[in-house]
Amino acid sequence: MSDNNFISPTKTARGLGSSKSGTSHHIRQRVSAIALLFLVPWFIYAIMTASGMDWASAREWAGKPHNALLLMLTAGAAIYHMCLGMQVIIEDYIYTPGMKGFLLILNRFACIALFAAFALSVLKLWIGADA
Amino acid sequence: MVASITQRITGVALYFGTFLLTAWMVALVTNQTAFECISTCIGSIFGQIVMFLWAVAVLFHLANGFRHLLWDGPHIGFDPKVASTWSIINYVFAFLGAGGLWAAANLL
Repeated sequence: MSDNNFISPTKTARGLGSSKSGTSHHIRQRVSAIALLFLVPWFIYAIMTASGMDWASAREWAGKPHNALLLMLTAGAAIYHMCLGMQVIIEDYIYTPGMKGFLLILNRFACIALFAAFALSVLKLWIGADA
Repeated sequence: MVASITQRITGVALYFGTFLLTAWMVALVTNQTAFECISTCIGSIFGQIVMFLWAVAVLFHLANGFRHLLWDGPHIGFDPKVASTWSIINYVFAFLGAGGLWAAANLL
């Protein structure tokens, strides 16, 4: 605070909320939830269809354009949604600053790695399928 | 209140479940032996129990999440009686739905 400023820090901050990114986080969580409301019922149906298949037919199934597209969308929305959700859980329950930061970063890395592994797998089956 | 913490617990369960799903997807691309091993695991009694609980978690999180969307968007269902009844419906839906899915997968 400069010497000429007589407004207290409390006065400056009042009414501005937490000045963090909570609202954006909340909206992202809800928007991905709306996507999942449609994608998850399809995914349940998909798992029931594909889980009984042998290796070759499951590969063929996942390589079909519409299945590959929906798998990719489901994975994207679900992993994004769970990344945001786990972030809130870590922020709520972990108080040690070092551990909190570590877990928040680990959560991000794990989710991004998970999506990369899933997406590359779907891409390989889709590109590899002759269609 | 119980529904709220269940939402969180099922969320965490689904978080780790997604690791298994991704492993299944990667096995589908890279390794036939691993894929068949996973298929055998799913077919075992232990695997069937895990799949059933997984379905319960997905359906509960889905139904209760839908309610959160109605709370946040059009502000529907805030009345305490409605909210409590709805919580019970979510639990019933999750277990009956999972039972229905299990029956559909095994009997059809």
